[in-house]
Amino acid sequence: MSAPALMQETAGAGQDLNAQALRTDARRESLRLLALLSPSLFLVFAIIIVPIGWLFWLSLFDEAGAFSAANYARFFEQVSYIKTFTTTFKVAFIVTGACVLLGYPLAYMLSQLPRRAASICLIFVILPFWTSVLVRTYAWLVILQRKGLINSWLIDLGVISQPLSLANNLSGVVIGMTHILLPFLVLPLYASMKTIDTDCLRAGMNLGAGPVATFRQIFFPLSLPGLASGVVIVFVLCLGFFVTPALMGGGKVIMWAMRMEQTTSLYSNWGAGAALGVVLLVVTLALLGLFQWLLGARATGVWSSR
Amino acid sequence: MSEDIGLPISHRQRLWLYGLGSLVLLFLIAPSIIIVIMSFSDSTLLQFPPQQWSLRWYQAYFGSLEWRDATIVSVKVAVTTVLVATPLGTAAAYAINRGTLRFNGTINALLTASLIVPVILIGIGTFFLYARIGLNNTLTGLVIAHTVQALPLVVLTVLSGLRSYDMNQERVARSLGAGRVAAFWQVTMPQIRFSIVSGALFAFITSFDEVVVSLFISGGETTTLTRRMFNALRDQIDPTIAAISTCLIVLSVVLLSVAQIFGRRH
Repeated sequence: MSAPALMQETAGAGQDLNAQALRTDARRESLRLLALLSPSLFLVFAIIIVPIGWLFWLSLFDEAGAFSAANYARFFEQVSYIKTFTTTFKVAFIVTGACVLLGYPLAYMLSQLPRRAASICLIFVILPFWTSVLVRTYAWLVILQRKGLINSWLIDLGVISQPLSLANNLSGVVIGMTHILLPFLVLPLYASMKTIDTDCLRAGMNLGAGPVATFRQIFFPLSLPGLASGVVIVFVLCLGFFVTPALMGGGKVIMWAMRMEQTTSLYSNWGAGAALGVVLLVVTLALLGLFQWLLGARATGVWSSR
Repeated sequence: MSEDIGLPISHRQRLWLYGLGSLVLLFLIAPSIIIVIMSFSDSTLLQFPPQQWSLRWYQAYFGSLEWRDATIVSVKVAVTTVLVATPLGTAAAYAINRGTLRFNGTINALLTASLIVPVILIGIGTFFLYARIGLNNTLTGLVIAHTVQALPLVVLTVLSGLRSYDMNQERVARSLGAGRVAAFWQVTMPQIRFSIVSGALFAFITSFDEVVVSLFISGGETTTLTRRMFNALRDQIDPTIAAISTCLIVLSVVLLSVAQIFGRRH
């Protein structure tokens, strides 16, 4: 390295030379790093950005090929589209609500258990998480359908005489989706509950608060950011969910993603399908963006829970 | 627990919480257990617990040419996806970890985009693109699409490994005369290899279990196992699927255990 020596000899010119060498080196380093990134970036660009841009462009033309907003206007005009959206949001709200009701107590219990017990219980959350969605949907079909387990048990026990319709309708979709999405709520919520400082709780109890008051006034408010991230993830995933409604809805529960599949595969109306996709993406990004904006830095790391 | 966090609440006061939590855990795990047990049933009817035991649904699975072909396609695609996504994701994580690039945040967001963009949109978009360039119903097309979906998991896993690794060690190696590749291979790699292995396992499961995109872009001779299962489930409930599902559950358990064991040793 001659640069440091040069710098000592001639202060002005040497510094320039040194700075130049450093800058060239930094630039070369940046290029090397970009080279490492380029294959991945190229793939993401080719498989996600390009097709979505293309679909967006398509959605701006009507079936005759003229530039128009017809594909978007349809969402407000046609009853069947409005029905799809109301069904989707209805399912999303119910499933998110069910996930909160089931997931909050579970995450709370996990956060209060000793480390060893908690990690054993966590296996029961993570294993379904990594089991194929198809396998779990199949399991619920077996359990819930007309001649399924629940109906045959209840009939054998004499509780009911006619089988309950649990699958191939809204309740089947809701049960299946709640089961599949529950870990997405529990894992971030549990992670955030673990970071709650027990000294705060101890201080509260020391000052005379009972267990209920401590939970309500200290623990619960502190767990809200984690709960919010879980709720947002579950809600957003509900909006674009395909497999479970397609298999368990019995053709009666048409959700957003199914509608997209039908418009493109069945009717090959790419403009309409693309418009549906664009709106879905915009709503998803808007919800995530709103959430990040509301919670700021605390929201980071939401997705890394997986 | 009192020694664990020291709150003056006894286990007995918390019994209701443990009861509720256990019920939710049961809700999460019961469907998988029921399927595993039912796959050994002798009957075509859905009975639980089964009256008679047999391996006939496993014989039906392994004996069927269609299911076997679909399984082979899925294994091929998943293995190739691992071989492509792991090096690419590791390289990308290494570059992001330096944090010196100007658009680091944007790059990070782009690489993890496939976690956020609705899968159905990726499926339709990929199908549309592949129709133009002739990649539909090809193994190459499946591998590319699955790689994009597996990349974020590899990047995030390797990145978390790199975050707990001191990059100065690599600098020391280089100042002692090792080339870039040698320094990475001999100094950095051995210390982050657990994260890389976990990332590779996640990539495998992601590809093997992927349904929605495969529904659009696979077909004919390249029908994946999940696509065939999806179509079979649309028609009727064939108990063969219970046997296949059990194999998939066992696969998940094995891969997760391997990841867990690797992680603990780390």
